Amino acid sequence: MNTHQTPQEQPDSFAFDSASEAEIVTVLAKYPEERKASAVMPLLYIAQRQMGRETGSAWVPVAAMDEIARRLEMAAIRVYEVASFYTMFNTKPVGRYHLQVCTTTPCWLRGSDDVVAACKRVTGIAGFGETSADGQFTLTQVECLGACSNAPILQVDDDFYEDMDGPRTVALIEALRKGERPPAGPTINRCGSAPEGGRKTLMDSVHSISENK
Amino acid sequence: MVRVIVDGTPVDVPAGFSALQACEAAGKEIPRFCYHERLSVAGNCRMCLVQVVRAPKPVASCGFPVSEGMEILTDTEVVRRARRAVMEFLLINHPLDCPICDQGGECDLQDQAYGYGSGISRYQEAKRAVTDKNLGPLVKTVMTRCIQCTRCVRFATEVAGTPELGMVSRGENAEITTYVEKALTSELSGNLIDICPVGALTAKPSAFHARSWEYKKTDSIDVMDAVGTNIQIQARGGEVMRIVPRVNDEVNEEWLSDKGRFSVDGLKRRRLDRPWVRVHGKLMQASWQEAFVSLARRLDGVSGYQIGAIAGDLCDAESLCALKDLMTSLGSPNLDCRQDNAWYDLNAREGYLFNSGILGIEEADALLLVGTHPRHEAPVLNARIRKRLLEAGRGGFPIAMIGHPLTDPTYPAELLGDGPEVLEKLLDGSHAFAEILKTAKRPMMIIGHGALTRPDASAIYDACKKLAVQTGAIAEGWNGLNVLHTAASRVGALDLGFLPGTRGRNASGMLRGGVDVLWLLGADEFPIDKIGADTFVVYQGHHGDAAAARADIILPGAAYTEKPGTYVNTEGRVQRSFRAVFPPGEAREDWRILRAFSEVIGKTLPYDTLDALRDRMAEVNPVFRQIGSVAQPSAQIEGQGASASSAPATSAAQEEGLAASAFRPVMQDYYQTNPISRASPTMADCSRVYGPVRAVAAE
Repeated sequence: MNTHQTPQEQPDSFAFDSASEAEIVTVLAKYPEERKASAVMPLLYIAQRQMGRETGSAWVPVAAMDEIARRLEMAAIRVYEVASFYTMFNTKPVGRYHLQVCTTTPCWLRGSDDVVAACKRVTGIAGFGETSADGQFTLTQVECLGACSNAPILQVDDDFYEDMDGPRTVALIEALRKGERPPAGPTINRCGSAPEGGRKTLMDSVHSISENK
Repeated sequence: MVRVIVDGTPVDVPAGFSALQACEAAGKEIPRFCYHERLSVAGNCRMCLVQVVRAPKPVASCGFPVSEGMEILTDTEVVRRARRAVMEFLLINHPLDCPICDQGGECDLQDQAYGYGSGISRYQEAKRAVTDKNLGPLVKTVMTRCIQCTRCVRFATEVAGTPELGMVSRGENAEITTYVEKALTSELSGNLIDICPVGALTAKPSAFHARSWEYKKTDSIDVMDAVGTNIQIQARGGEVMRIVPRVNDEVNEEWLSDKGRFSVDGLKRRRLDRPWVRVHGKLMQASWQEAFVSLARRLDGVSGYQIGAIAGDLCDAESLCALKDLMTSLGSPNLDCRQDNAWYDLNAREGYLFNSGILGIEEADALLLVGTHPRHEAPVLNARIRKRLLEAGRGGFPIAMIGHPLTDPTYPAELLGDGPEVLEKLLDGSHAFAEILKTAKRPMMIIGHGALTRPDASAIYDACKKLAVQTGAIAEGWNGLNVLHTAASRVGALDLGFLPGTRGRNASGMLRGGVDVLWLLGADEFPIDKIGADTFVVYQGHHGDAAAARADIILPGAAYTEKPGTYVNTEGRVQRSFRAVFPPGEAREDWRILRAFSEVIGKTLPYDTLDALRDRMAEVNPVFRQIGSVAQPSAQIEGQGASASSAPATSAAQEEGLAASAFRPVMQDYYQTNPISRASPTMADCSRVYGPVRAVAAE
């Protein structure tokens, strides 16, 4: 059923703070004045991040969407349409940390079920789309995040934690709970999507980059 | 022109046509849901799939442009299978509740499922359900039935100009909603019901009342405003059940205002269904004979100069003509159809018409609104202004208005000022908009009754006319100086010369004891308490509204649905309506009442049939011969002319030039402007829901 029912508890007003205003100026400069409605998505992000800074819950309330509509001189419903279409805009309040687990085929084959189970166990969340009792974590199921070579992926807010498994997921969430932010990227011994444990081919010194110089 | 071959038949179509339009030109029926000829193309229902030779797969014909030599196949096995598949997909989530759906019998989905569907579904899983939305007192929603064609979204955005509906969320969760619960604010929202191809949007007031095949359908003309919207009255068992628009591209396209559509329940309430006579200060039921005799007795010996008649806003031209003839036979010059004390330039017919015609809006390239708020005064005409704005593109159709509008006009309009003093600035060229009007090839001005009902109306009109001549709004082949009327009867009455004759009194002159006997033909929109205490009031009309309560004799007439009538719209188009149902009780057609009464007093009107009366109307003014078209201007009209136009309309203040005060809106509450809409519970509901917003906006 409809997932995008507007939540009952909405802030009465929303105003961009000075940091957001500075970002808005940069964004609006990219578009011609009469086409400024194009800036709706960047502005929704700015609003969402500001909510994250101010309240610890990065979401876009209706008041913020109305403010964006007013600024961009577009109908409010057009902003609602965009915000509700994209899953990365949260139209409902979320926890301090937004855990987004990719469960599309490559991640699933590589064990995303373990990641989901670990998230649920540690945070106490029963199902997707729910927020933990302490308000710290929201668990969301997302479609392919485009990092299949590092499957499975757990995205926390804007950061990808790659090559996850059950125990490392538990460790990550425990760290987040302590207020730490472990570095994003692969959680196993590799750089980016390079082979685990270092280079496996082109080991010959002739071909080494340093010699070519 | 481009030649395309549809199923082997070559047809020539304009280059911009879509494949679907080409197929229609070739006489082929293409099923569709999302495509609507008056809305932008969305192409999301996929029902209009056709095969184009050499195209790799079936194409959605609604959004596929034609090209020279294109071969379209509309009836191949591939097309039939594609349609069956689309139909099966659409029906996956559509409930099988046709037996309890108000759309049943006039449902595109139902009809096309019969025509193009496969008859069975292979879908075993659970269907999705969507919560219903509250869109206000007029439109009922059953959103589970929605097939996401987005016609309503496009209508609200493009035609109505109130972008409040949208499709939110995506995929399985996509739904049509206002997102934040609110009532639609459009005066055209009833058209969403017509435009919805399924039963998702239906009429709330008439929910579960009747089935579409039970109606007796009668062509008629809407009288709620002066646009002359072509309507079809649908009645069942002597009761008007609903009103829907008819297509007339020159007048209303296929839209109808909410007041015209939903006032129907007012036709059953507060009706005058028998004559009443005031005896010893109390209204008593009477027979026609008693009413006529007591009225004849009262008129006996009264000089014609002491008898007056005021006509209301909903009258047909037939009753106006009969009343005018009756008054003339009684020797009375006191006639007026301007119960709002409006002033018109009566020297020629152009003085009170929407001269460019409603179609002319589509040719105009600049618009000045003077003391008018078309969104309330003529919602369908307002949609035409918006249509022109969208066609012209950014900056192509500048609009300015003088007089603060109560609500958003639905298009960007520059507010030049609140009062007529801006006209002077436009005349001497000191205002920037004067230049815009001057450079425009076909500038248009619309003067509303916010201007024409003021004491300085003639000065405002003169200033507008001067400006029109100056800017080329009045030129060879183009007359862009337009009067927008709000009363359906007004132009017809002016055409018939229902105006004060020589030494006759006008509407305000007949009040405060100006006449001894006052005959009100459906006139309710003036201060009733200003009628002199000793004035004997005859009220001939169909609703027990303000004036009927003051009347000494009530003659029950017929509402517009209950009599054949002729109406002249604001552009001077003479249109005829037919009788859909009979008047209630002892009420009669108005001209027959007048004809019968004339016989009682021995001044029998010289017509026994409707045709004879219509011949008489054509004799008074030849425009009444030209049914359906915008009548050509005629020569001098009887009862009009020098004597009438020089009769003081309101006061001497007219001569003093433009006053400084701001224009006042003609209607404070769009939903309750006449006896029928005031009697309608639906309109009262609307007034309650939308009223407070308007009051805030007015401040």
